[in-house]
Amino acid sequence: MIELIVADRCTDCGACVEVCPANVLDQGDAGLPVLVRVEDCQTCFMCELYCRADAIYVAPDCDRRVAVSPEEVVASGCLGQYRKHSGWDEWADRFPNEQWLMDVVFRRATAAASEEAKSGPHAGAEENQLPK
Amino acid sequence: MTSSSLEDLSITTDVLIVGGGMAGAWAATSAAQAGAKVVLADKGYCGTSGVTATAGPGHWWVPPNPPEARDIAVANRVAAGLGLGEAEWMYRIIDQTWRTLPTLARHYAFGIDEAGRVNYRAVRGPEYMRALRHHVLSLGVTILDHSPVLELLARSDGSIGGARGLRRREGGRLFQVNAGAVILAAGGTSFLSHLLGSGTNTGDGYLMAAEAGAEMSGMEFTAVYTIAPAHSTMTRSMAYSFATYYGADGHELDLPKMGPDLTVSLARALQRGPVYCSLNRMPDDIKARLHTISPNVPLVFDRWGIDPYRDRFEVTLHNDGTIRGVGGVRVHDADCATSVSGLFVAGDNASREKVAGAVTGGGNVNSAWALSSGVLAGRAAARLARGTQRDGTHLRPLGRAGLRPRRQPKAVDAAAARSGVRAEMHPFEKTLFRTEAGLKASSLVLEDLWAELADHAHTGTLAVRETAALLATARWSVATATTRRESRGIHRREDFPLQDSGFAVRLLSGGLDQAWVRIDETSTNARPGQFEAAS
Repeated sequence: MIELIVADRCTDCGACVEVCPANVLDQGDAGLPVLVRVEDCQTCFMCELYCRADAIYVAPDCDRRVAVSPEEVVASGCLGQYRKHSGWDEWADRFPNEQWLMDVVFRRATAAASEEAKSGPHAGAEENQLPK
Repeated sequence: MTSSSLEDLSITTDVLIVGGGMAGAWAATSAAQAGAKVVLADKGYCGTSGVTATAGPGHWWVPPNPPEARDIAVANRVAAGLGLGEAEWMYRIIDQTWRTLPTLARHYAFGIDEAGRVNYRAVRGPEYMRALRHHVLSLGVTILDHSPVLELLARSDGSIGGARGLRRREGGRLFQVNAGAVILAAGGTSFLSHLLGSGTNTGDGYLMAAEAGAEMSGMEFTAVYTIAPAHSTMTRSMAYSFATYYGADGHELDLPKMGPDLTVSLARALQRGPVYCSLNRMPDDIKARLHTISPNVPLVFDRWGIDPYRDRFEVTLHNDGTIRGVGGVRVHDADCATSVSGLFVAGDNASREKVAGAVTGGGNVNSAWALSSGVLAGRAAARLARGTQRDGTHLRPLGRAGLRPRRQPKAVDAAAARSGVRAEMHPFEKTLFRTEAGLKASSLVLEDLWAELADHAHTGTLAVRETAALLATARWSVATATTRRESRGIHRREDFPLQDSGFAVRLLSGGLDQAWVRIDETSTNARPGQFEAAS
């Protein structure tokens, strides 16, 4: 669930309030967004993706709260990781969207599963290498 | 109904679409391109709401050449559907997907392989839904975000002429849309499992369709589960093709690598105790690019300080309900109309039985269905709206449970009712390994919860309407599963482990005060005599 917004980083753009599909956040009186309905958070990480300030930390835990401090999450290097690896905004050139490789991955997985079943030679594995 | 000091918002349009996930967004593009004025209302935010935005949908992608490719794909699917699918519908969605998906190229950068070919099939969810939002807006559609629809509105002849809902970010202000036609694309439901992105998918569109008089089909086919690291929502299963599983004592478990066999074996292992997993068989070249293929998969492990390729982490199964299951509102014709005039359905809100049969369509068929049913419904709704009167003053609200109680209004514990739904719809022994006694016990619990809510709940809040929808959907699912006294596809009866040719029929369900189940006389292999004997 969403655990915190690092106040120092937040630019108060309002994107997280707008894009949250579960309406977890409200715009606070002091400007910064406030986590008012954390119990409604569905741990989908969408707010992180849309946060250009990399200020939001969503813990992967969906059925229990996790106590974290702003210092810890800043030090962890997790802030902004999802947006970066997704190649959004300024990361577009360095982290290409390779979702389309899923076809090859599934062929590899199927080949691996059938090899497992036959315990035979690694037939077909080479022709399905991911392209460079 | 919730009161508000703000003045109600009233909008008149040609086509209203309820739900802004993949199916709703495609429906909006097609209705707008057919010349209709379109309003799309989403409970959350069109672009992040729903199960597509968090996933990586692959589409059923079979180009028209060579011509036999589609024949083979369809023949395989007809066989896999175990008598409940329809070849004609499969050809239809393959062709519609092939024609339509590339039209998104202005807003989505499709992948290009090493040979320079464009890969349309596999797209990444957040980017895909963001692109669809842009596409929808570029066609002049009005999007109402954070605007859950609570009930449909009928004209005096019973046809659907609009809907009413809440503006959540405007203090719960009411809004009403008067429309020539309405498309329900509000998603399916996982009955509040932690399936990724499904938290707001509570079956609202099923309840509203039933209140209008439409029927469901295939509601027994909900016994689908997806693996995830325990305590997480990350139901992205690709990486588990390369998994090794271990019991609590550290011994390796001999489980299948993929598919429904894995679900059943893993569920049995989880009934015995915790199961741990390592992705140690994943080839190095895939590991190195997992974060640019599916960036949300590794982030869970990174945050927990787990090396999934060496460490062993606990896993669980989350129920997919009708989302990767099959059931939904019965599609009446090739336009995705329902049996109620003016009302159309698309995506998970519609029954997928005609293309998936008795098994999960998996990502490919399900995505092709969401896209195609959206496009077909959008086009047909636009056509219907052209010749329809729009007068909001004579519309009759259809919402019942949670809005207009049957008896004395009083406070109802909706949170307890939602826990009740989870407790009947998620445990393996109740949904995956069904028995007559278990289904009967579930039915008793659900009937009591439904009666309490339908009798007394009156606040008309979103939470109470969602609870009503969850309960209604669970009741239809249990009733249909009780009637299908055989095992077929993803419906598994421990007391009737074999497939029975007398049940090669689709089962319709519905009803609010009283849940009912009956045979779909249009299903091709219907043999009613045998069915009656069996039920």
